[in-house]
Amino acid sequence: MNIFASLSRKPWIWSFVAAFVVWIATILFTGGTSAIGLSQAALTFAAFSILVGIGQMFVITLGPGNIDLCVPATMTLAGTIALKFMQVDNSLILPGLVVAVAIGAVVGMGNFALIKLLQIPPIIATLSMSFIVQSTAIWTNRGLRIKPPQALAKFTTETTIGIPHVALVALVLSVFAFILLQKTVYGRWIAAIGQSNRAARMAGIPVDGTRFVTYILCAVLAAFCGYLLASFSGGAALNMGSEYLLMSIAVVVIGGTAVAGGNSNVAGIWGASLFMFLVVSMLNTYGAGAGIRLIMTGLIIIAVIVAAGGRNPNQR
Amino acid sequence: MKRALPSDSIRLLIPALSLTILLIAVFYLQPRAMSYVGLNLLFNLAVPIALATIAQMLIMTVNDLDLSMGTFVSFVACVAATFLQATPVIGVLILVAAIATYAALGVLIHVRTLPSIVVTLGMSFVWGGLAVLILPAPGGHAPEWARAVMISRPPLVPMAIIACVVIAMVAHFVIMRSSIGVILRGVGGNARSVERAGWSILGARAATYALAAFFAILAGISLVGLTTSADANIALRYTLLSIAGVILGGGEFTGGRVSPIGAVIGALTLTLAGSFLSFLRISPDWQIGAQGAILIVVLGLRLLLNRLENREKRS
Repeated sequence: MNIFASLSRKPWIWSFVAAFVVWIATILFTGGTSAIGLSQAALTFAAFSILVGIGQMFVITLGPGNIDLCVPATMTLAGTIALKFMQVDNSLILPGLVVAVAIGAVVGMGNFALIKLLQIPPIIATLSMSFIVQSTAIWTNRGLRIKPPQALAKFTTETTIGIPHVALVALVLSVFAFILLQKTVYGRWIAAIGQSNRAARMAGIPVDGTRFVTYILCAVLAAFCGYLLASFSGGAALNMGSEYLLMSIAVVVIGGTAVAGGNSNVAGIWGASLFMFLVVSMLNTYGAGAGIRLIMTGLIIIAVIVAAGGRNPNQR
Repeated sequence: MKRALPSDSIRLLIPALSLTILLIAVFYLQPRAMSYVGLNLLFNLAVPIALATIAQMLIMTVNDLDLSMGTFVSFVACVAATFLQATPVIGVLILVAAIATYAALGVLIHVRTLPSIVVTLGMSFVWGGLAVLILPAPGGHAPEWARAVMISRPPLVPMAIIACVVIAMVAHFVIMRSSIGVILRGVGGNARSVERAGWSILGARAATYALAAFFAILAGISLVGLTTSADANIALRYTLLSIAGVILGGGEFTGGRVSPIGAVIGALTLTLAGSFLSFLRISPDWQIGAQGAILIVVLGLRLLLNRLENREKRS
């Protein structure tokens, strides 16, 4: 009993329960034949949401108003330029990764520079930045679909003992993010700033430095995700990041991270990402049209947040 | 020492200034825009954006944020181009139901202390889905009266400008001058003291959301009046435009500090930025980017003026 009681108090458990219920509902409908395929697809597509979700989570943890709307544009730009740089050459895979990460770092620095120097609210700063980044992506892409190097395309689409490689990558980064958040001074600093910026400043925490690193971290993760997604889907497209704007925010919040900041949750992002993908595939399996699918997705997001929101009235 | 302006006027000064500079730049680049037809063309599309910005501003007054603004305006546009045009009674009923839904959202967000960002994020899927159901492919027809209003040509001053002034005045009266507006802003500023003074915050939130829905509905109808037909994705960018418009106009995310006139000016500035760029003959690749740059420049200007103002205060 005690295990159940303590489990039910964990904010991340609900997203996993919800994902599991949807998974069962889909499997039952197809008579159990699709279990492996569905799980693999869910892990693959969830992996991309997890990568951007982790970055967004770090930013949201910084406290009210902190959000990165530049995620989709960063993904597109990093994917486009990295693929262009690699020129379908297998030997340039690692340098290409470095290029993608560097783009992320530059965008992150730009974001923070706007927030700090112009004292613009992060939502507007990252929005303006995303316009500029998106334009750069349009300019470099020119509507061409550049193919990824073969080895990289193979890596991102294949599985090891049934687990998609991208999910493994996401797992490694999630563990890393978890350690960073829970076990390092930096993680404690983020939480402290999120709980009270003023108190954190008075306690001598380098608030600006921490925020600087956090915005870079988020942009780098988005860039890395763009790099993987472009390789996975056989080329960079200008709209490839668009659905990840709402997705990155949704998985963070459904996963049990406090929207007001100061309290983050890595495990929940996994549950929420799997859940978001599984809901769509469940509705697809049931033969719902695009309109119904959207409505149901929305209602389910609201239902989850309403159910989860009442758990802990003291937590803002 | 000059006579100190009320702080509300100073707040308005910067948005007004940026709009004027941008307008002068446009007239310099394209003198033909300085006419009745030219002005109307420049500001036509600003009318729905201004209405959506006011709607977003109302939500921001009570410290919330509506991420479903764009999809909701699209949904309204679809309803206006189909039901409202063919069977007005059903159309009006749908729109009233939409307002009721918004009020219910306000209640839900308040009662369960939910983050408005997530609830409206979820609603954005719902409105988007409904819009797709109503109008799976672009089409429909604007109601005659909406079309007639939007293309009417009053003497001397173009329709678009009259509409923007009226919107700004009505919103200013409701938010800044009426007693309900004071309560709404009070909820954003200090909810607890409003509650202690005997007002229902629940009621205030519901009213804010309903009022916002009303303005967003006007935005959708006026948009259809301009475009004559609708599409489920017609206004998706309004979510970000409306937030940017409020901030450009001197509003803030928290504390109930908003300015309706500023918000309309912010919406006009954003619309004008697009025309300005096409007059500059900037490559289409960079249009969006340059819009971002203009946003940054205007906000930088605001910071500069705020600094100067503070320095004056200190000395």
